[in-house]
Order: sequence, then structure tokens, then C-alpha cells
Amino acid sequence: MERLVEIRWHGRGGQGAVTAAKFLAEAALAEGKYVQAFPEYGPERMGAPIQAFTRLSSDPIRTYCSIENPKVVVVLDPTLLNVIDVAQGLVEDGVLIVNTPEPPSKVKERLGLEKAKVYTVDALTIAHEELGRPIPNSPMIGALIKATEVLDLRSATEHFQEVFADKFSPKVIEGNVKAIRRAFEEVKSG
Amino acid sequence: MAKITGKIVAITGNAAVAQGMRQINPDVVAAYPITPQTDIAEEFATFVADGLVDTEYIAVESEHSAMSACLGAAAAGARVMTATSSQGLALMWEILYIASGMRFPIVMTNVNRCLSAPINIHCDHSDSMGARDSGWIQIYSESAQEAYDNIIQAVRIGEDEKVRLPVMVNMDGFIVSHSIERVELLEDESVKNFVGEYKPSFSLLDVEHPVTFGPFDGLGGFYFEHKLAQIEAMERSREVILRIGREFGALSGREYGFFEKYRLDDAEVAVIVLNSAAGTSKHTVDMMRREGHPVGVLKLRIFRPFPTRELCEALRHLRAVAVLDRATSPGTTGPLFGEVKAALYDLGKRPLVVNFIYGLGGREFKPEHIRCAFEALLEISKKGKVEKPLDYLGLKEVEVIS
Repeated sequence: MERLVEIRWHGRGGQGAVTAAKFLAEAALAEGKYVQAFPEYGPERMGAPIQAFTRLSSDPIRTYCSIENPKVVVVLDPTLLNVIDVAQGLVEDGVLIVNTPEPPSKVKERLGLEKAKVYTVDALTIAHEELGRPIPNSPMIGALIKATEVLDLRSATEHFQEVFADKFSPKVIEGNVKAIRRAFEEVKSG
Repeated sequence: MAKITGKIVAITGNAAVAQGMRQINPDVVAAYPITPQTDIAEEFATFVADGLVDTEYIAVESEHSAMSACLGAAAAGARVMTATSSQGLALMWEILYIASGMRFPIVMTNVNRCLSAPINIHCDHSDSMGARDSGWIQIYSESAQEAYDNIIQAVRIGEDEKVRLPVMVNMDGFIVSHSIERVELLEDESVKNFVGEYKPSFSLLDVEHPVTFGPFDGLGGFYFEHKLAQIEAMERSREVILRIGREFGALSGREYGFFEKYRLDDAEVAVIVLNSAAGTSKHTVDMMRREGHPVGVLKLRIFRPFPTRELCEALRHLRAVAVLDRATSPGTTGPLFGEVKAALYDLGKRPLVVNFIYGLGGREFKPEHIRCAFEALLEISKKGKVEKPLDYLGLKEVEVIS
């Protein structure tokens, strides 16, 4: 992993983008990294496009401003590709990870990306099958780990089990962990 | 004393303050929720409900009542804390003066947010700057870690028998209050020992030593002398702030003073900032130093009392200084600028000074903006004169209808 990795999350209100941004920071902290995670505060509503940000670094983080040139962009909702420019500011050799059943080549072509590495995963199907709910955030964490290696899969899932032990039932936690692992396996690169 | 560390956690600025309050375990908290302070009031109320603290939590109907309830509890001899933001602080305004005038060491976190209108929930320092003359000690925090460290120190500073003044700890709304960061929490026990037990000098509940609080004090009275006593207490707080900062350093490994100098001593030009903008400024200084520019930062931590003498010492070698204000006082310059410029007046040879207003209503403050300020400073340093004493960073290019 590079010394500083800046990640931008795109989702719709209710899909858990903010929770994912925060979870990633917490899990990275447990691995000894310096972290920062923050949502973009606007008029959030269920279904409206929202953004969140995560910074992970080997050194203390001092910048207090939003991320304009992320190394990694994660898109939790495929319909956002028609609505906003999700690749805006993405560094030239950056990583774009999209929740869609489409192959990476198609997303790459549609967005006119040349050097960026594009990954896709059908997180919605995984979420339906493993969680019984259309919440794509945990599978997208699995896909992110595979695509970027910012975290170790095992320590991330262990951390998930630990931090959500008080909040969710064992069944829900197990479903999420399975969703993270499945997306890690199923994510396609292009 | 050996360095005692507790847990390293990823939490927001608000959560860090709530944790600090839990560890301080004050006798009374009276608070009213307001964005972006709300999480502090909520989380602390949860600690009360869960029995994690012994605090009496008074849910009030406004900030005016919150500070009034704090007064009553403090008069009874309680250790009292609260938190607010923006319009909430504005609504407390008259009670702020009563808290300092009655010499109650109430500790309040103010999560900096701008004042309406237009309605906006985001960060600037208009709220706390509006309260600068209210007789409260004002401490500013760059990060969640500093906000946590500062409220713990604030208890000791305010309660010191040489001081007995209320303390306001500020941090930037949303930018720090809602951002998750790495925070080192101290052990509960070491915070408990550090703040110790509060022994009020005067208390309404001490019936063996009856006292009167807040009586009428008219023309023939001692109002003026009371104000002088407050002024002198504020002066004495200087030494206490430094002593507590050193003690806290011994405990945590993080020592605090009136301000932090960043690559300042060998700089030719520098910016002066409060709160989170300091972090982004330091980052920009590192970038510009790599390009060979002699730039530095002074992050002011203590705004009241204003560290005039020390500030002059730290700045006197510079050729030019930009004071960055995240507040405005229409009709004059930014509030911090006015104070810094006045402080420098007595120096025979002094740096040139300019004012930049930035970040009002949460307008984003980026490295490119600080670079802009530094470039202006380098130009001033070269020419040896200031052509534009007041300018703005980060304004949109639109026609403003006045």
C-alpha cells in the first residue's frame, strides 16, 4: 500500500456509503494506520446521491479538506453512473470499483477511462442473497480490499465481527462477513 | 510521572469530547442540542442513562436555560460542563458574562459554526469571536485529539484558585466534530486523577460559610473593582495555562502552550491560524518548503488571554505575516487580525501584516488557498510594502449584489 490512500465513496442515501467509509477507517486503525473518514454534509435524503471520504496513511494526517483527486473511487449504486461524473478528479492510474453486473470493460468504455483500473462486482445480488436486503456496502468493502489491498481480508472481517457484535444479531453479522468474502472472490478486474 | 496511555480509537471530534466528559465525570451537565454539537449532548446523555457517570443531566428548553442551569449548579459548588454551537452560543450571550462575572469555572465545548443569516450549519468562528469579550478563557483545537486534550486541561485551568473563570474549548464544526480520526484516549483513572476533586472556594451549599452570589451592585458599589478582579484573574491564568499544559504533557506525551510554531523559527513569512486550518496550513508549508520557500505557521491555541508578549517574540524575526480569520467584523478587519496587529505595534522592528478572511459558512479551505496567502506574503516581503491589507480566500467568482 502507498503511504497515503485517498478514497471517495458514492452512494445513495440509505445504502451505507458513510458507514462503509467509517468502517474502513476503523479497520485500518486496528492495523496501525492513521485514518480520517468524513461524509460530505448536504441535504441527505433517502435515495439522494451522497459522497463520503476515507484517508488512510502510514503518517499522521493533517489535511482538513475534502478529497479532490482520489486514488480510489467506490460506487455503491450503478444508476449513479448516469447522474454524476463518478470519475471526476480520479488520479490517472486510479482505481474505480463499481457495483454493477456489467463487465469492467463496459464501464471503462462508458466513462472514457484509459489508464484507470476498473473493477466491477454484482454487489446487489450478493447483498440480496447473503443479507436478504439491498444494502451493498459490505460487499463493496470486500471488492475494495481485493482491488486495492488497503486492508487484510481476514483482519477486516474479524474487525467487522468485533465492532458490530453489540449492534447486529450473529445472523446479520455472518451474512455481512459472507458478503464481504464473496465480493472479494467475485470482483472482476479490467 | 510516567506516560500513561489508554486506548487508540477512531472517533469523531464530538465523540472524543463526549468521552473526555465521561472521564471527567462532572457533577452537572445542562445542555440543549444544536447542530453540529448535537452528538456531544446525545452521547453524554447516553452515558448518564447507562450509569457510566454520576452526573445530573439537566435537559433544558434552550441554551439560555442551559447556561442559567449551569450557573445555579456552579453556585451550589458543582463541577459543571456544557456544550453548544452558533445560535446556541448567541442565545447564551447574556449568561456568558454572568458566568465569568460570578467567577464560575464552567467548562463548555463550543463546536464552531457560523451565525445566521443566511441559515447555514457549517463552520466558521463568528460564534466564539462574538463572545471574545465575555470574560471566558478561549482555547482552540486543531483536531479531535486536541479537543479531547483541551477539555481535560480546561477543567484544571478554570478551577485553579488563582483563576476561577469559565473556559470555552472550541473545535471546527463538521470539519472536526463529524470527522472520524485517530484519537488516543487516556485511561479513565488517569483523567480522574488529573482533574482531581473540585473544591469550590465558595459554595451556596456550604452553610457554615454563607455567601451571596450576584447581588445588586449599583453606583456606590464595587462593580468596577469586580471587573478588575476578573481582569487580574485572566492575567493570572497565563501561568496556570502553561503549567497545566506541561503537566498534561507529562501525563500524555502531548504538551501544550499558548500556540504551536511550525517551521516558524527559520521562516521569513508565516500565517497565523486557529483550529483545523492549521493542519492544512502545515501540510502546505511542507509542500512549499520542498520548493525552497521560507514559509511557516503559527497556530494560536489560546485566544483569551491573548499571549501578546510571547506572540511578539515568536513573530519578530519575520518579514511578513498573514492573519487568517474565519470570522468577520463588518466595518473593520477580522477579529484575530486586529489583535495580532495591535500586539506587534510595540515592536520597534516588526513584520508587515495582512489579513485574509476565509472559510465563512464552511466554505472549503484548501492547500491552494494557503498557497495563495503565502504567495502574497512572499511578494510583500520582496517589495517591502503591503498594497492590499485585507483580502479574501476561496470566494466564488460571482457578482455580489450589495
